[in-house]
Amino acid sequence: MRTFSFGKLSLGTALLPIYSALALVFLLVPIVYTFVFSFNDSVKSNIVWVGFTLDNWTNVCNAQGVCGAFFTSMLVGVVATVIATVLGTLMAIALARYRFRARSAISLLLFLPMATPEVVLGAGLAAQFLSAGVPKGLLTIIIAHALFCLSFVVVTVKARVASLDPALEEAGRDLYGSPLQVFWKITFPLLLPGITAAALLSFALSFDDFIITRFNNGGVETFPIFVYTAAARGVPAEANVIASAVFILALVIVVVSQLTSAARRKRLAKQA
Amino acid sequence: MAGGAFAEAGADLELIGISKRFPGFTAIEELDLRIPAGSFFALLGPSGCGKTTTLRLVAGLEEPTTGRILIGGKDVTNVKSFKRPVNTVFQSYALFPHMTVLENVAFGLRRRNIADPVGKAHEALRLVELDHLAARRPLQLSGGQQQRVALARAIVNRPALLLLDEPLGALDLKLRRQMQLELKSIQNEVGLTFLHVTHDQEEAMTMADTVAVMNRGQIEQMGAPEELYELPKTSFVANFLGQSNLFTGPVTSSTGSSIVVDVAGVKVEVPKDRAQRHAGEVTVGVRPEKLMLHTSAPKQSAGSNSLGPGRVTDVSFSGVSTQYQIAIPGIGLVTVFAQNMVFGPVVNLGSAAWVSWSVEHGFGLLDEPERAPRFAADTDTATIAMQTRHELLAEIEEA
Ligand SMILES: Nc1ncnc2c1ncn2[C@@H]1O[C@H](COP(=O)(O)OP(=O)(O)OP(=O)(O)O)[C@@H](O)[C@H]1O
Ligand SMILES: [Mg+2]
Repeated sequence: MRTFSFGKLSLGTALLPIYSALALVFLLVPIVYTFVFSFNDSVKSNIVWVGFTLDNWTNVCNAQGVCGAFFTSMLVGVVATVIATVLGTLMAIALARYRFRARSAISLLLFLPMATPEVVLGAGLAAQFLSAGVPKGLLTIIIAHALFCLSFVVVTVKARVASLDPALEEAGRDLYGSPLQVFWKITFPLLLPGITAAALLSFALSFDDFIITRFNNGGVETFPIFVYTAAARGVPAEANVIASAVFILALVIVVVSQLTSAARRKRLAKQA
Repeated sequence: MAGGAFAEAGADLELIGISKRFPGFTAIEELDLRIPAGSFFALLGPSGCGKTTTLRLVAGLEEPTTGRILIGGKDVTNVKSFKRPVNTVFQSYALFPHMTVLENVAFGLRRRNIADPVGKAHEALRLVELDHLAARRPLQLSGGQQQRVALARAIVNRPALLLLDEPLGALDLKLRRQMQLELKSIQNEVGLTFLHVTHDQEEAMTMADTVAVMNRGQIEQMGAPEELYELPKTSFVANFLGQSNLFTGPVTSSTGSSIVVDVAGVKVEVPKDRAQRHAGEVTVGVRPEKLMLHTSAPKQSAGSNSLGPGRVTDVSFSGVSTQYQIAIPGIGLVTVFAQNMVFGPVVNLGSAAWVSWSVEHGFGLLDEPERAPRFAADTDTATIAMQTRHELLAEIEEA
């Protein structure tokens, strides 16, 4: 808003910066709160500020169940992401490249899990596991997560495949590349940015999923489940530590990827 | 072709009864073609006539609907493209954007485990004068440079059969000539077989041993360049390869060695051995540079045809020659190329003129020229390929 004129200073132009600032504060307060209270020297409940300490950060695993839940979430996230990314990438390639009978129907069906409310998806899955006699636990969580991540992977990677010039793979075949070599030397590297984005998205979705997990976890506690349960008696400051750490990690990933792509662009510009 | 060695010599290519139907469109119809080993064969034709499709069939990137393909006497119709002793210079270049220029060129060598791929790739890049850019990515090159990389990437493999899909289209005239010479010398040196697709008839005529003119998925005529130019068999060839003046009329008489066609009341004589048909309605033609211009009625003489009088409607000077358009009542526009032997035009705009030519320069065609324009304007495959490419490049740039 650098172009306002003093002659016609309207109420809107004056209020907009204030309004934006307020909205930003509103958005950031919970994060800042979480971060600040990760340093709180609390005993039982972490609601009132007692005093500053680093103990929560140095002994994260002291609190009952925090680290266990965190590692469960990591395990679920990694396994579900790997499954969803591999299957989703293959499906995306098939859907974008080959014409077959049920192609458009499958494309449509893949959108459904994204459009369905999570409650419905979670409850439906729970019913399925029950009737199939699969005991709820780590396995069912992973299956559920892989399932709802799959749609996102397919959509993300499919866009990338669609923009890939088929002539490149043809050139690879023309230059004596076997189908496997063409895939690994040409198709895969060119799809990699899309696949990476899809994997990160999957992991993020899996890591903070609560609703679907809640329906299918049995006794197993993922991090969001742990925080939710703990909230009843007061969330331990160690949970704030993990939440902050995850937030910082995500921030670092974003910043690093921005910086490296900027650096690469600069390097390319210099070469040219 | 998965051995670690280059082709010793070119292989001959034979297409037998090839046709290719896409859903709702026949791109190639009953194509028969034989290209002898070691020859330089040019495929010439308008946009959309099926040139690229023909190359794709030979390279194994497309399966023929009917027919068989033989390379070096071996039936490769069902052989996968990566096992065929063939390399292609793609019309859209299709360079791998994630590899350096050097790695692009070395790709085929590495796949076949040929010794010293890097050294050979550098050598090929030197040939196209791009060795100094070996470390760059294809996106950082100009269109002409990319095209030369595509050329190097195919040639470096020394395939028994090299398919070139308009490989010099993006180059300026000087570089184009230079690359033409390079190509010709590579082809001679190793005796490879080249199948060269081009829009440029001059390129086809100067480089090729044999030129085939393709139209609507079929080969209209095929032969040595001079033969094709001297004696076109169809009106399409007569006007696609250079220009021709065409006249249609019934055959009125026939002597031992020639036929006489009545063109709007004027008798035009054509040698029998230069006419495809000797009776009925026949279209005869003559090249514009074979015509002589006269400012007065030429003397009727045996061995010569003349038309006129007409009016000069256009004079355009083009350096070595001047092109005249002469409107002759009942016959239409006649084009004449006259060498600029004297200063200024021989006849002036609006003045009366006659044309004549000697009988042995005329030719008789198999068909009649079509009235309607032959080709609907649509986007050619090259443009579409370029568009797709630019979209991809833009996206990669963003990522
Ligand atoms: N996959 C396809 N599906 C349907 N039609 C196709 C397909 N590929 C090519 N065609 C059609 O086949 C015809 C021949 O195409 P081709 O690419 O061989 O033309 P070309 O002679 O190489 O033209 P240009 O000089 O413009 O490159 C065109 O009319 C084109 O529209
Ligand atoms: Mg083409």
